[in-house]
Amino acid sequence: MEKTFKGRVINAGELVGTALVSHAGLNTLATFQKSALMNAKQIIGSDQNNPDLYGKVITGKVLCLPQTIGSTTGGMVLQTVCSMGLNPSAMLFSEEIDSLAASGVILAKIWEDSKMIAIDKLGADFLDFVQNGDEITIKTDGTVIVKR
Amino acid sequence: MKLTKEEQDILDGKQGEVMAKMLRTLVEVGDIFGAERFVDVTHDGHIVTSMGIPLLKPVFRTMQEIIDAGITAKWKFTADPRPIDYKNVKCNLLDKLVFSKVMYGKQHDYEEQLNKVGLRDKDAFSCTCYQPEMGNIPKKGDILSWAESSAVVYANSVLGARCNRNSGMIDLFGCILGKVPEFGLLLDENRKANWVIEVKTTKIPEAQILGSAIGIAVQDGVPYIKGLDKWLGTELDSKTCSYLKDMGAASASNGAVGLFHVANLTPEAKEQGEKLIKKDAKTLVIDDLYLQKTYADYPILWKDKSAKPKLCFIGCPHLSMEQLNEWADKIFNSLIKNGRTKVTCRTILCTSPAIAKIFRSTAQYLKLEAAGAKLTSICPLMYLNNPLTHSRPIITCSNKLRTYTAARFYTEQEILDIITGKEV
Repeated sequence: MEKTFKGRVINAGELVGTALVSHAGLNTLATFQKSALMNAKQIIGSDQNNPDLYGKVITGKVLCLPQTIGSTTGGMVLQTVCSMGLNPSAMLFSEEIDSLAASGVILAKIWEDSKMIAIDKLGADFLDFVQNGDEITIKTDGTVIVKR
Repeated sequence: MKLTKEEQDILDGKQGEVMAKMLRTLVEVGDIFGAERFVDVTHDGHIVTSMGIPLLKPVFRTMQEIIDAGITAKWKFTADPRPIDYKNVKCNLLDKLVFSKVMYGKQHDYEEQLNKVGLRDKDAFSCTCYQPEMGNIPKKGDILSWAESSAVVYANSVLGARCNRNSGMIDLFGCILGKVPEFGLLLDENRKANWVIEVKTTKIPEAQILGSAIGIAVQDGVPYIKGLDKWLGTELDSKTCSYLKDMGAASASNGAVGLFHVANLTPEAKEQGEKLIKKDAKTLVIDDLYLQKTYADYPILWKDKSAKPKLCFIGCPHLSMEQLNEWADKIFNSLIKNGRTKVTCRTILCTSPAIAKIFRSTAQYLKLEAAGAKLTSICPLMYLNNPLTHSRPIITCSNKLRTYTAARFYTEQEILDIITGKEV
């Protein structure tokens, strides 16, 4: 089964990766802080309020989510995670990107030369359809192909 | 974004590469949200990054680039609380080693960087910079470059200032450049409510649970809250402001609320009434049962769920003077009632340095001290980031602290009963 979606490009790039899905807003600080603080080799979700991501490896995954929520350290945390090379390979937002995630993506791009792809406005259908483990193909124009 | 000649010159590097990079960052963020122009910041800043965690290499590197370029902030700023206070929050040797050498090993160096760039003064560390004693109080309509989710939601909602939920670093760039891209909560149309919350409880809701319930439901929406004036009245006195501080902090950390309106109480709701509500706004009724369920759904992360609490944090966000006085009375009176003289577990109350300084000279402080409770100005969240604390049974009545740590949440009354040894 395959379905194609089109979103707005925040940070362009091409890749094929594996989906990790959060149906609730991703609390950046709560999700990333434990692994980052412990200098772990990969980020494992540590947000007790997000069962979709709690205990799951996030580094290198195509993270599919509605938006990010929580502390305003969010953008800076994302920038730091990118600088450590522990970031998801892409962040795919079903809704319009929020100001904290947007700041994180731009801070990482301009100050860390990060290549983490970000696409937003993929629509509620995208998040309804995509499942953990799906193969995701991302194109530079914001096209996202979900295959299972 | 359309830039003025001055802004274009900065972007073109005429004021140096670092200024150009900072402006470019704000332009790219502004472009994402359809900002058409920059607007001038009109009040002092508040930044979220107060901790010298060596991990935050990008922050220290950027700060050093700013300092090396001879750049200082146009608007001075306050910052979130410091992470360490060994005098009042005692730690064992291993904890100290982790805090001073591993987690916050860059604290001293980072504070020097903050001072050089534009920190207001050496005691400018609190998440509640807007308290009268701290004095970073914007007026209605001021444009801010702030971060710290609890401070931003308070400034927007209770003070009527205008500020987006800026990220760390973006807050600092706005203070340095003296301008922010105009989008989001800076614009009238985005300050309208897309949620109506009808509070139909039989008693005043616990601020921290009501805020949590609202945040979880509306996420980054703007709620217009009806029925709360029944319990809070229609004047923003210090008790009401303290309530809204805690409710807002919970809504911002459990969701992403940057602005709320309370009917007949907060400035814009008083001025515009229900004209603030969008036509297609969703409605949510919150009653006693809804709040009970919200509370019951909080996961308990302790390994031994029946463990006896060893440490209690009260004051995240930092307590106001009003709240501090109230807690001192409540602890003192409850201990007498329960036939005890000291709190049953280490109890730490957190407030801003300015309030702590005043409070320590009062008789109320003697009550706290006699009860064995401690007063500090640290951020309890930063304390609980120490992995050594994760296995300890720590309790709190702060929903923000619960969200970001393994601390277990109890209502204020339950916390009081636990720390003063009420038999159950």
